[in-house]
Amino acid sequence: MADTAFLRIEGVSKTFGTFHAVRDVTLSVAQGEIFALLGGSGCGKTTLLRMLAGFEEPTAGRIYLDGKDMAGVPPWLRPVHMMFQSYALFPHMTVETNVAYGLKHEPMSKAERADRVREMLDLVQLTQFAKRKPHQISGGQRQRVALARALARQPKLLLLDEPLAALDKKLREHTQFELMSIQERTGVTFIVVTHDQEEAMTLADRIAVMDKGEVRQVGSPTEVYEFPANRFVASFIGSITTFAATVVGREDGQLRLKVADFGTEVLARDVAGITEGQAVTLALRPEKITISQARPEAANVVEGVVKDLAYFGKDSLYRITLPSGALVQVHAVNARRGDEAARVADWDDKVWLSFEPGAAIVLGD
Amino acid sequence: MARLKAWFDRSGWSDLIVGLPYLWLVLFFLLPFLIVVAMSVATKTPTAPPFSFGGEHPWINLGGYARLFGDALYVRAFLISLMNAATATFFCLLIGYPMALALTRVSKSWRNILLMLVILPFWTSFLLRVYAWMGLMGKSSWFNAALTDVWNWIVPIDWAVKSLPMMHSNFAVVLVMVYTYLPFMILPLYASLERLDPTLDEAALDLGSRPWQVFLDVTLPQSIPGIIAGGLLVFIPAAGELVIPSLVGDAAAPMIGRVISDEFSSARDWPMASAVAVALLALMVIPTMLYSHYQARAEGTK
Amino acid sequence: MKRRPTFLLSMLAFGFAFFYVPILSMIVYSFNASRLATVWGGFSTKWYAALWSNTKVIEALMLSLKIALVSATIATILGTLAGIALVRMGKFRGRTLFSGLVTAPLIMPEVITGVSSLIFFLLLAQWIGWPAQRGFTTITLAHITFSMVFVTTIVQARLLQFDRAIEEAAMDLGSRPWQVLFDITLPVISPAILSGWLLAFTISLDDVVITSFTTGPGSTTLPLLIWSKVKLGVTPDINALATLMVLAVGLGVVVAGIIMNRTEARRLADERLAYRTNG
Repeated sequence: MADTAFLRIEGVSKTFGTFHAVRDVTLSVAQGEIFALLGGSGCGKTTLLRMLAGFEEPTAGRIYLDGKDMAGVPPWLRPVHMMFQSYALFPHMTVETNVAYGLKHEPMSKAERADRVREMLDLVQLTQFAKRKPHQISGGQRQRVALARALARQPKLLLLDEPLAALDKKLREHTQFELMSIQERTGVTFIVVTHDQEEAMTLADRIAVMDKGEVRQVGSPTEVYEFPANRFVASFIGSITTFAATVVGREDGQLRLKVADFGTEVLARDVAGITEGQAVTLALRPEKITISQARPEAANVVEGVVKDLAYFGKDSLYRITLPSGALVQVHAVNARRGDEAARVADWDDKVWLSFEPGAAIVLGD
Repeated sequence: MARLKAWFDRSGWSDLIVGLPYLWLVLFFLLPFLIVVAMSVATKTPTAPPFSFGGEHPWINLGGYARLFGDALYVRAFLISLMNAATATFFCLLIGYPMALALTRVSKSWRNILLMLVILPFWTSFLLRVYAWMGLMGKSSWFNAALTDVWNWIVPIDWAVKSLPMMHSNFAVVLVMVYTYLPFMILPLYASLERLDPTLDEAALDLGSRPWQVFLDVTLPQSIPGIIAGGLLVFIPAAGELVIPSLVGDAAAPMIGRVISDEFSSARDWPMASAVAVALLALMVIPTMLYSHYQARAEGTK
Repeated sequence: MKRRPTFLLSMLAFGFAFFYVPILSMIVYSFNASRLATVWGGFSTKWYAALWSNTKVIEALMLSLKIALVSATIATILGTLAGIALVRMGKFRGRTLFSGLVTAPLIMPEVITGVSSLIFFLLLAQWIGWPAQRGFTTITLAHITFSMVFVTTIVQARLLQFDRAIEEAAMDLGSRPWQVLFDITLPVISPAILSGWLLAFTISLDDVVITSFTTGPGSTTLPLLIWSKVKLGVTPDINALATLMVLAVGLGVVVAGIIMNRTEARRLADERLAYRTNG
């Protein structure tokens, strides 16, 4: 598949002086995909995006788009357009002239150009604002102008730099779905750069999680959340509690782990590449742990005391102290209603924690 | 004492804060200016002070203004002033714009040093900057000799000269004006170019524009306020310039500043000097009003 | 994609050559032994010695410095008050005229300011007998008037980007308006006031046109002295004088620039340290 992929990034590195912004990144993206580059600030995602746009040349490695090597191709000759984080709308032009700007480099008649602009403004529902200047429209509308402008030349690849970061919470949800529907209608391949895991999870078909210039895992949102490949990915996406553990045996496709903090052995889903006797990390997501007053019948049961609890309405967050002194975070949905029922347990209650072997994440690093 | 303190507390010295500078400017700026305006319609007399209202003439004498248009001396002086100022402004823009743009492209640490080097000549004496060029343009200077060699090498042999007659010409006036006023052009241009968002350039490149198109489509239109500000800062003092033409200019073709000064001191014709001054000011007011109109519009769009 | 902007950088180099070649040439020729100022006749420092014994030059310099000190100081006080009035006093009677009066001297051609000041002083002398003689007083008055508006411009710009919340905080903590002015506003804008003073000082020290109209017999400032000498042509002793003045100003600006860079660098370092230690 790697050879026929629409966009291939092969061993790309970028250094600025002694700083390694991107290290040996290899990725392939299929046509029509929404692909997210996810990571904290300084992880190299923006540098990678700028190399795709042509603003930076890779120090090493190659980028192929639709079979063509992009090395040395200046930004103005790449069929790649970008929606900038700040939108970068030209303040001295109207919405309409902004959208039409890229088209002046296309061999097309005036009428065709006007048609395309109209079509794009329709697509983002801004026809009535065509004559306004960027400062006369709202933030969400500006974002849509930026999108229309980038799409007008029908790029092969659309780069979106933190597309939702500047929008308020309500608008983000709406825009998220709008972006997805526009992508579906136009069929353009989207590369989204974001530091926001929720944004990446809802928008993208696949996510590349980056850290310190390297790609740590590539996969669908479910894969990176449920089956993180390493501790960085596990802790970057969602929250986890980790425990040092040792593999003591394998049975029925499950690993038997000895966890010092639990004072007992637990079962976990088997992971390839882990050998018996190996020291591993057991990671538990708060929502995958069940809390109960009476000892439940389950494969993995641990005893603890409620140290802290925070009531959020629809759910509660518990911090449980284990006998060893270790803390575990547990999320419980408040399914029932009422004063008493809202809480499964109270401060200083003795409780039992249990989790499915399938929910336990075993990490080799 | 208590009452004084109460007054301080209540007014916060506001009467004093507004009143002092207000009074000063009215007394030493507005009043002298109004006197000049009134003087421009007075009549010259051989008395001391050499003017009067009334007498044989009607109370208001518009003779001065009539002479402005009738007398070739004044028309010519105005035209030369405007031409010189416009030419100087144009060359300041031609040299200053690329310099200001280059300043926005160099690294931060270099930028501060280079900006200081732009401002440094401005802090050195204005007269000495004019004087420095007098040294260079003189017939026996190394600079003139070098330029003469270049000239003789380019032009046909019949046009060859021993030295270029640079001094005492409009060329010299414009050259020195460009030299002395260039920082006034560079600084506002730099300020307006530096404010521009570099991602706009990247957006235009990304949408298919080559660098020179980016300059024409994105950079230039957004720097128009800076061009106008710099242009006015050069044009206005250049049009009323007195010192530069007196040192390097052609005495037979005086600029308007010289005319005002001569009418006043040599001819002792205060009314005429005032009329010329008022006319010059009217010429200055037009571009300035254009500028503030532009600024008001630019601020309205923010 | 980062290509060197070759054209722009060469324009920059050309521009700086344009700025500095004349000044450097002037400095070199100040060490010229020949009396003919533009023909090289060997190295000599005799013109500097001649300058030192020229009492006229020393006197003119002293007068210029005296006028610049007095006028810059008064102009700074008046200009600062005007800046505060325009930014902080809201609407007061005659505000439109006032803001016009504050900008007009900036765009008024110097010849006109000079002529109108002279007519004004002449008529005053006629009507009330003062000023009987033009000289130090009349020059200083004229300098104050046209340099105070430069101070106002600087102070006004600084006040406009001033966070009013800290003034309100002071009032909230019990300060009266005039206490706020002295405790908060003036200290915060003091760098702007200082640069206003420096500008006013330089403008006064450098002025030719307005001084030439408002001066009287016996009051020759340094620029007037230079002007009258230079009108007659280029002479080596003026080269020497010019060199000294350029070096003095250059040294001052460079030192000020280094101090400002240092303080800025220290502020940045402190900030970085604060971030690191506080998380």
